[in-house]
Amino acid sequence: MTPRIDITLNVNGSDHDIRVEPRRTLADALRQDCGLTGTNVGCEHGVCGACTVLLDGEPVRSCLMFAVQAQGRRLRTVEGLANAEGLHPLQQAFTDHHALQCGYCTPGFLMLAAGTLERHPDIDDESLREVLSSNLCRCTGYQNILRAVRAVRDSRRLAREDAR
Amino acid sequence: MSGGHASSLAPGQRHNGDADPRRRFVGARVTRLEDPPLVRGQGTYVGNLGFPNQLHMRVVRSPVAHGVLRSIDTSAAREHPGCRGVWTGQDVADIPPITFRPTSVQGLEPYRQYILARDRVRYIGEPVAVVFAADPYVAEDIADLVTMDIEALPVLLSADAPPGEFAPGHSTEAGVLRKQFGDVDAAFREAHEVVEVDVRVGRHSGVPMEPRGALARHDHSRDVIELYGAGKRPHAHRDAVAALLGRSPVGMHFYEGHIGGGFGVRGEIYPEDVLVCLAALRLGRPVKWIEDRRENLLACNHSREQHHVVRAALDRDARILAIDAKLWHDQGAYIRTHGARVPDMAMGTLIGGYHVPAYRAVGHIRLTNKTPAATYRSPGRFESTYACERLMDAVAERFGLSPIEVRRRNLIRRDQYPYPRPMEILDHPVELDSGDFPRLLDRTLEHLRWDDLQAEIARRRDAGECVGVGMGFFMEKSGLGPVDGAKVNVDTRGKVQVVTGSSSIGQGVETVMAQICADALGVDYADVKVIHGRTDMIDYGIGAHASRATVMTGGATRMAALNVRRKALEFAAAHMIEAPIEVLDIVDGKVVRTDRPGEPGIPLGRVAAALAPSPEVVAFGIPGLTAEGWFETAGLTHPYGIHTAVVKVDPDTGGVTVERFHVAYDIGCAINPMLVEGQIVGGVAQGLGGALLEEFVYDERGEPLSVTFADYLMPTAREMPPVEVLLTEDAPSPNNALGMKGAGEAGITGVGAAIAAAIDDAIGKPGAIRELPVTPQRLRAILAGRPAGA
Repeated sequence: MTPRIDITLNVNGSDHDIRVEPRRTLADALRQDCGLTGTNVGCEHGVCGACTVLLDGEPVRSCLMFAVQAQGRRLRTVEGLANAEGLHPLQQAFTDHHALQCGYCTPGFLMLAAGTLERHPDIDDESLREVLSSNLCRCTGYQNILRAVRAVRDSRRLAREDAR
Repeated sequence: MSGGHASSLAPGQRHNGDADPRRRFVGARVTRLEDPPLVRGQGTYVGNLGFPNQLHMRVVRSPVAHGVLRSIDTSAAREHPGCRGVWTGQDVADIPPITFRPTSVQGLEPYRQYILARDRVRYIGEPVAVVFAADPYVAEDIADLVTMDIEALPVLLSADAPPGEFAPGHSTEAGVLRKQFGDVDAAFREAHEVVEVDVRVGRHSGVPMEPRGALARHDHSRDVIELYGAGKRPHAHRDAVAALLGRSPVGMHFYEGHIGGGFGVRGEIYPEDVLVCLAALRLGRPVKWIEDRRENLLACNHSREQHHVVRAALDRDARILAIDAKLWHDQGAYIRTHGARVPDMAMGTLIGGYHVPAYRAVGHIRLTNKTPAATYRSPGRFESTYACERLMDAVAERFGLSPIEVRRRNLIRRDQYPYPRPMEILDHPVELDSGDFPRLLDRTLEHLRWDDLQAEIARRRDAGECVGVGMGFFMEKSGLGPVDGAKVNVDTRGKVQVVTGSSSIGQGVETVMAQICADALGVDYADVKVIHGRTDMIDYGIGAHASRATVMTGGATRMAALNVRRKALEFAAAHMIEAPIEVLDIVDGKVVRTDRPGEPGIPLGRVAAALAPSPEVVAFGIPGLTAEGWFETAGLTHPYGIHTAVVKVDPDTGGVTVERFHVAYDIGCAINPMLVEGQIVGGVAQGLGGALLEEFVYDERGEPLSVTFADYLMPTAREMPPVEVLLTEDAPSPNNALGMKGAGEAGITGVGAAIAAAIDDAIGKPGAIRELPVTPQRLRAILAGRPAGA
């Protein structure tokens, strides 16, 4: 067995000191070593996007990275979306718009959408569809996922305009 | 969806039977009770579960499509310091092959699969050995050290080819199914016209986002084997796996947790499920197995691959006199748990919603050296609907009529229901319970603004665009009986628990059952907790498959809730309120007097507390605010629908863009239209995958070429058109009190048919599409006038 390496992963603002083989994927390290099983693994070859997490704010496939590569970076997972006051607006919108059925792809879509809306708050519908086409869902036919994400974008835009 | 929920029922109107007190949640678009843990990442998918000291299992799979298994060398694997066990077929020689469901079809037994290959391997991906280690990465390392000597045999990759040898004395034709009624030969002799089509559906499957997995442990204190990660049919499979292991069913329990998509393939009994249970028993440690995506695409059930030659005999007005169908079903390497159900259903449903006086179908079940095949959402019906509708389009072309006119002349009229067909589907007699297909057609054309759509297409064609529209009519089957039960109890805080033997694979069972229970009992649906997929909580259960959960388990839940309601009112009238039962009702979880509207009611929790065991209560009846309910139905329910696709073809690339998709569906009674629409839109996505993108391709040696998501293409948000849903309730089922019919398969059944017709229309070549999926390569060949596949 390859010698293990001590690393620290910063996930949702908390440090996790873990010891992993260099070959351990970030997805497995999050799930098995940090105990954060909300991030699901769907294909392990970077196509389905179920394992999407935010790395310094950018959506990445955690199955395509080694855990050791995330050392010193800021990670966010689905477990970090809700806070003491309640669900994240995207989580609420996914519920309201029936944007999930089995729920397996949902954490990946939530993180992809969260990262996208933070970086591109005014993203247009067509670009949003393009971005969301990077993840796979087998249950919903995507229509309600698009609807949920657009609803959050639009309500935030309204809130910004109100604030001006 | 721009299509609204069109209800033909006035509020409060009943279909028949024992009337519910009121409708508040049934029919409402309430949000799902399932969602909060799922959006928070708190799912209990089996991959998220674990027990201390568990081992991980890794399967070593055959790299050869067909061959004699000469020897397996496990010595290097055993020497690995992390190895905690290696098994080959010899180590599990006492375990019989995996059984299939009861069926009247004879002769399938020799074709069952052993949990590890014995003397032959028959597909690439077949389990040959398993290894165990404490770490899944190490288990994978050790599996790589297992080598095998296989003497290759000729491969058989087509169900059309002459049958070969499965094993000495057994042909690869496992059986031939036959269905017939009426005098087919006479009809063809007397026919004004005979029209024939020769059409194929390719090999594709459910491919849920969650790969398969299982976790088993032996609880020595109770001597119970627990299997986590079960789904679909927990009770039946618990019994079947117990039998394979030679254990009593009470020594085994299945637990479902969350399931990342079912679609027919997930939750079946696979070799791996039996292996983890056996390993937990023999190794004395919990054993977990999670497959990777390559294994999922290699070893989880495939489906759909079928060749059809279908002829119609017609009179001079294009009315059907008889249909004669021949099918070749590519079963893959073994007969799995479904036995012959897929071709049986294809043959039983092929004539759809049409009045067909005489019918004959012959189905050849052929084994090939490919992954075993079984059910995938709308099994048999996606295929048969496509074949039947290709035939109807060919009839229209032959007679110079519009496809719609040919359907109008042949659809079963409303006054012909109940419409018996003298044949059986899955050993059940066929009687179409209710329907009004011509009305649904009218409503579809109106909703689509058909004349405007045709004018728009004509205008775009004049401008040089390659656009077209096509339809697929389908008759579904749902609510397979005969009986299901449920238990409802109310605790002392007024919370309601419904214990069902159903299963949840993501479709919203908890919410739907809660809605039905809430109205029957008189409580808020959010106060109802629904249990499913637990063999330790209820003795019987039908699981979730074949669009039966809402009808059957919903029927049972309603009966149980009405029984609890009656019990609460009777006890309250006798012991808690000095009033006759006739003036009592349950509203918002409280027993109230309808003759004194201002009075505060008694919360159900207090009624439950008063029903704790005491001499007074025992004299009244069984303690506890609890009751069972059983629902029985004589026949299947038959929802029906029409799919319409508008497509644009790029003649240069052969690419097809689906611009618009419309689903009209009569469901009898929609418990939650939002969830029904969700089922439909999701089904359309899968149907479009099977019609245009998804195909398990093999090379000439039987090597599977579609083993990653880069090769097996599923629709993304980019490929999905806007889907409009017209949900109607014109033909409630007489077979249950709410008039319900199933929803799970409505989105997918007619997609192949509609897409094929739309592409024909777009390229102006009637009957050109004879094979699904219509990949760009195939369409370019058709446009160039070359044989498909060239």
